[in-house]
Amino acid sequence: MEAVLFFVAAIGALGGAIGVIAMRNPFYGVLALIVHLFSLAVLFLLLTAAFVAAAQVVVYAGAVMVLYVFVVAYVGGGAESAWEPIPGQRFLAPLLGTALFVELAIAVLASSLLALGHDGPHVNPGFGDPAAIGYLLLEKFLIPFEASSMLLMLAAVGAIVLAARRDPAEGVGRGSSEHSSEAPAERSEDSLAAPAHAGGAPS
Amino acid sequence: MSIDWYIVLSSLLFAIGAMGILLRRSPIVILLCLELMLNAGNLALVAFSRMVGNQQGQVFALVVMVVAACEVVVGLGLIVAIFRRKLPLDVDELRELRG
Repeated sequence: MEAVLFFVAAIGALGGAIGVIAMRNPFYGVLALIVHLFSLAVLFLLLTAAFVAAAQVVVYAGAVMVLYVFVVAYVGGGAESAWEPIPGQRFLAPLLGTALFVELAIAVLASSLLALGHDGPHVNPGFGDPAAIGYLLLEKFLIPFEASSMLLMLAAVGAIVLAARRDPAEGVGRGSSEHSSEAPAERSEDSLAAPAHAGGAPS
Repeated sequence: MSIDWYIVLSSLLFAIGAMGILLRRSPIVILLCLELMLNAGNLALVAFSRMVGNQQGQVFALVVMVVAACEVVVGLGLIVAIFRRKLPLDVDELRELRG
């Protein structure tokens, strides 16, 4: 039973991962990643990590993937061009990826970890449930926990600063869409510096 | 299932993610492949935590999830900023820093 579940989830995870790198449309890539994440949650459950599995479904498949779907819908999921600027990229990349896997497989097979060959020790029923993980997070790892909450807040503020539309009081253009029809000549020279020019122009 | 199955699966997923980063040019897909690699690392962490019979590896996996969420938020903010400036969403054309 456990072996059947493992192979079903492993095939789901591998199929999702291959779908992510093979789909030309990023929207289907996001959907394939959701399949991959659910399969990984099943694998976490098999490894008696119930809280990590729940966090995987709630945080990743719930929140992060919704963010991805919104951004793909906003920028438009156009397929990338077939033109390749690096010659031989299409052949070199799978070659290097396979080399990386072979290297990792050699490292696993040659490892002297004796416990790799069997199922791991017997654990109590409470192993990995929310109570145990919460106890560890708030007792033993309190400082990393608080640091990660700080990191999350900094990332949220940073994303707002990066993606926010500049207001005209700052001396930066109100966003490229309003000005692009008025000053196309300025813009074509250097598109990164162009909003600073456009802010000074009377609008 | 013995633990080495999980470790081999995790290294396979990591290699697929790395291959995707080398192969694709859309920044959104590159972020997705980064997620693949981080999740492969998470799988290895949880598998080793089960192997040792210690829950601290699972706490490590949760911290990796937090860092991955931060990376996604900042990366998607950058993509939205690139899109707003009407620059091409292609990592081979955004190479002004290369000199």
